[in-house]
Amino acid sequence: MAAVNVLETKGLTKIYGGVEANLDIDFQLRKGQITALIGPNGAGKSTFVGMVSGRTLPTRGTVSFAGKDISHLPAHKRMQLGMAYTFQITSIFPGLSVYDNVDLAAGRKLANDKTALAQKTTQVLDRIGLTDRADQTAQDLSYGHQRILEIAMGLAQDPTVFILDEPTQGLSESEVDDFVTLMKSLAGETTILLIEHNMRVVSETADYITVLDQGQVLASGTPDEIHRNAAVQAAYLGTTSDA
Amino acid sequence: MTLHIAVLVVLLGLFFVLPAYHVGAFSRIMVLAIYAMGYNLLFGYTGLLSLGHAMFFAAGMYGFGLTVNLFGFSVAPAFLTGIIAAAALALIVGYLALRTAGVAFMIVTLMFAQTVYLVILYFGEYTRGDEGFVVQQAQRSFAGIDLTGETERYFAALILFAICFLAVAKLVQMPFGKRLVAIRENEERARMLGYDAAKLKLHALIISGAVSGIAGATYGLLFGYVGASFSTVQYSIFPLLWVLLGGAGTTIGPLIGVIFMFYLIDISSGYTDAYLLIAGVALVLLTLFAPLGLVGTLRKRAFPWLP
Ligand SMILES: Nc1ncnc2c1ncn2[C@@H]1O[C@H](COP(=O)(O)OP(=O)(O)OP(=O)(O)O)[C@@H](O)[C@H]1O
Ligand SMILES: [Mg+2]
Repeated sequence: MAAVNVLETKGLTKIYGGVEANLDIDFQLRKGQITALIGPNGAGKSTFVGMVSGRTLPTRGTVSFAGKDISHLPAHKRMQLGMAYTFQITSIFPGLSVYDNVDLAAGRKLANDKTALAQKTTQVLDRIGLTDRADQTAQDLSYGHQRILEIAMGLAQDPTVFILDEPTQGLSESEVDDFVTLMKSLAGETTILLIEHNMRVVSETADYITVLDQGQVLASGTPDEIHRNAAVQAAYLGTTSDA
Repeated sequence: MTLHIAVLVVLLGLFFVLPAYHVGAFSRIMVLAIYAMGYNLLFGYTGLLSLGHAMFFAAGMYGFGLTVNLFGFSVAPAFLTGIIAAAALALIVGYLALRTAGVAFMIVTLMFAQTVYLVILYFGEYTRGDEGFVVQQAQRSFAGIDLTGETERYFAALILFAICFLAVAKLVQMPFGKRLVAIRENEERARMLGYDAAKLKLHALIISGAVSGIAGATYGLLFGYVGASFSTVQYSIFPLLWVLLGGAGTTIGPLIGVIFMFYLIDISSGYTDAYLLIAGVALVLLTLFAPLGLVGTLRKRAFPWLP
């Protein structure tokens, strides 16, 4: 396979006051695979993807996407290059219908082709199981359904790199199952960077795992390698169950 | 769309059934409703609360009135100058003010409008300051039609209102309009969907300013008066009240809001000197019991399809 890494960071660092939320992170995202980013609370996972997506300005370091340095691009330009991002704290358009939420997500690329846009929106709603609720106002949805809507908005963008920050938080067991199925069906065309606390989701989906601890990369490798890694055992896996 | 056509048909019909006084009132209402629609685009759809829109109304009004009076422009080029002046002012104000949000944006727009007011006073030699100036009857005819007569005025107001009304209705249905609503609902989300929120907001402000400018130029044209009072804070607050009363983010809300407030003051002033008090109480009650405005509340309670 050519061009193995779609996304790469070098020395990515974020310092809040005195807190090193991220320190010199060198990271590669493998094309077409699902990479899980795990680590205890406050490890710096959200900070990291915030800098990758352009939401958060790094203190120093670079981000490159498809071989191009994108460190100086604002967030919306990075999304236009083919990233999609779902927030850890649900972020949707509360006063709009579920349909319009997804329509806006798909509409950045498809707005000029009404038929294609309607098709895309309907198809995404169907795939994610929100068709019945298409006309509901987003803020009236249950918490779990709002999370699912946010994932739908990511899907609707047809991203090449899909970044999800704890998407399964607050989902029921069966919804988590659906999510796992969805992720597996996306892998291949889409490269996925998944922040996840739920170890079942990680073990069922991840091709590759990066462990973050106290702002630094503790370990990277296949699930097996991570499982055998003593440092990870000590720092993380031994002390955390499903969160 | 049928709703919008129906509204225009009603306005057309009113001319034939209303007594002269109310025909005059409705000429004014339609012009002010253009202003309210311009404001609504920014406030109701994009979610940006400006406290300085009078500067755009004034830019349109003076752009029209000064070019007529000083350079002898005829109606069409003078009118166009008014629109361009308002749009250009909106571009400059937007470029600077849109770096802020929320309360800071309110204050910055207020300050800009105050500056415009002071500039008008400063150039009193040409603008005649607070006193203002009259645009002569002879200079207020277009294509051979004298726009000072009651009938001509009503139809000129109706035509300009109709153009703006239909254009705004179309605009908010287009992808551009939906993106403005997205910014109102959740700007950060819009940005993380790849929308250039800063640019969209600037475009919204320019269009909003231009429409407000059309209202100002129309006012100067149809009522023949240009004065600094139209650039005071009061005239920045009015469109906010109209839109809040009628229903922010609805296409017919601005018109309804202007009609409601106009007659509220008109009728209560017939009974008492304290008519502003009555108007104030009515506004407070409405805000308490129909916080979405008249049309907004109707939409929520009964007619979810209202645009
Ligand atoms: N805006 C901010 N200002 C100051 N400190 C911050 C800010 N954002 C994050 N931090 C700090 O940076 C560190 C990393 O936070 P981050 O949210 O990236 O962790 P996380 O791994 O995503 O945690 P969680 O699993 O709880 O979501 C924490 O110590 C946090 O308190
Ligand atoms: Mg986090």
